[in-house]
Amino acid sequence: MGEPIIKLENVSKTFSSLNGEVEAVRNIDLTIEKGDIFGIIGLSGAGKSTLVRCLNLLERPTEGKVYVDGKDMMSLSNRELAIERRDIGMIFQHFNLLMQRNVLDNVAFPLEIAGEKRAAARKKAEKYLHTVGLSEKADAYPAQLSGGQKQRVAIARVLASDPKILLCDEATSALDPQTTKSILELIKDINRDLGITVVIITHEMSVVQEICNKVAVLDHGSKVEEGTVEELFRSPKTEEAKKLVFSETAHIRRMHSDRQIRVIFDGKSAFEPILGNITLELKTPVNILYANTQTINGNAQGEMILQLPPNKEIADKMVEYFKEKNLGAEEVNYVD
Amino acid sequence: MWTEQELLMILQGLWETIIIVFVSTFFGYILGLPLGVLLAVSDSDGIKPHPLLYKVLDVITNILRSVPFIILLVVLIPFTRAIVGKSYGTAATIVPLVIAAAPFIGRMVESSIKEVDHGVIEAAQSMGASTFKIIWNVLLAEARTSLLVGVTIAFGTILGYSAMAGAVGGGGLGSIAIRYGYNRWQPHILWPSVIILVLLVQFFQILGMKISKDLDRRRT
Repeated sequence: MGEPIIKLENVSKTFSSLNGEVEAVRNIDLTIEKGDIFGIIGLSGAGKSTLVRCLNLLERPTEGKVYVDGKDMMSLSNRELAIERRDIGMIFQHFNLLMQRNVLDNVAFPLEIAGEKRAAARKKAEKYLHTVGLSEKADAYPAQLSGGQKQRVAIARVLASDPKILLCDEATSALDPQTTKSILELIKDINRDLGITVVIITHEMSVVQEICNKVAVLDHGSKVEEGTVEELFRSPKTEEAKKLVFSETAHIRRMHSDRQIRVIFDGKSAFEPILGNITLELKTPVNILYANTQTINGNAQGEMILQLPPNKEIADKMVEYFKEKNLGAEEVNYVD
Repeated sequence: MWTEQELLMILQGLWETIIIVFVSTFFGYILGLPLGVLLAVSDSDGIKPHPLLYKVLDVITNILRSVPFIILLVVLIPFTRAIVGKSYGTAATIVPLVIAAAPFIGRMVESSIKEVDHGVIEAAQSMGASTFKIIWNVLLAEARTSLLVGVTIAFGTILGYSAMAGAVGGGGLGSIAIRYGYNRWQPHILWPSVIILVLLVQFFQILGMKISKDLDRRRT
């Protein structure tokens, strides 16, 4: 068990508007440990963005407590909060760079806020720009950069405050898959080399699988599931979590109306020729609709979707067999 | 065609107009810029919402904006006299112009600031920027092209108003156009005065837009 760096106790946030009250976040308890890359996943409107803003009090919770590095954030004065926020970097879906400042001055901005002279701030900014591999773009303006480059500048800007925590609000949602991968790599490096705890808000399971070690699933403002990424990937418990985990294969399952089963292999089960054995044992072949291997948190995980035979008796037996082998098997018939 | 005296008068008028418009725009911004910032910042979606302050400024701004300038000119005569010592001439024209321009400038500044992307403001807040830093380094700095367009518009509008001030004995080309050109019907004074005014507006409009565009870094 690591040392907790972020702790939420019973946090709720209600927005009141003319049309009544909206409970964006409800009674959330959450502990994030030092060095974690913690994913918060949910469909749009689940309250993820509000929740992450409750961590640095960009949104003030209407109820509950927020502790960051042991400090009760809600009890801080404005000035204390401003200083505390320098330890909590944040990057955004739309990068939010200052469009009228060049890249170097964007990175120097948080240093200027902290009271450094412009020349000294620029000097330091060069170093962080180098870290994200954009030294040659120092004089460019954000409008001249690609999305991935903009996000790198935003990351350099965060690093300039030497933060303990990095909050990523859908930081890769506006990027193409290739760029997403490279930005996630960069975030991983930052986490490993600088020991910065990362909180990632996303609606994409692939992002969580790629980079997070722990994950919480948010639905309608409530936390419905929490655990390691392996646990969630292998056996999501709630309907909401299943929706997210199975979403990547939805198009395959949509094409077939028969019963289907999702099976997860890991290092332990890879030695036994399970598919071969089951075919021999039940004298019925199974059809592989989808198979994929991914690295989750450093471990290879295989995922397969099998089409079960039309004979109900045999199909039931197969399901039982997979369940016995502890393969995280679950029937995943597509329901729209 | 023109006597030397008339030419001198027109040149004098041109000079006065330039002084009036520059000084009025300058003081208009001295009052209007803080007003616009306060309006934008204290509004319900601003960075420091303050409903009461916003309402008060909002109402004052609207009242001043809705008084016709020609009425304001007359109503302000005692005030003008108290400040510059007399109620006619170049200096006296500047006082009502500033009072009329400030709320109008305030509204333009407010609208320029409100165009700044909320995400950028949020990013600055997440870095622990103070309200003052956000106003100076984010709101005003990011809105600078729009603010400059505003200056150009304010300049042209004040130039137009300054001609009206001529009707009550103010200085400048507008005054000449009204007194000699219109009241005494001397077209050879009226038209040059008007044409110079038009050229003046054109010149500063083009200059203002160019500076604003050159300073904009959002284009690639």
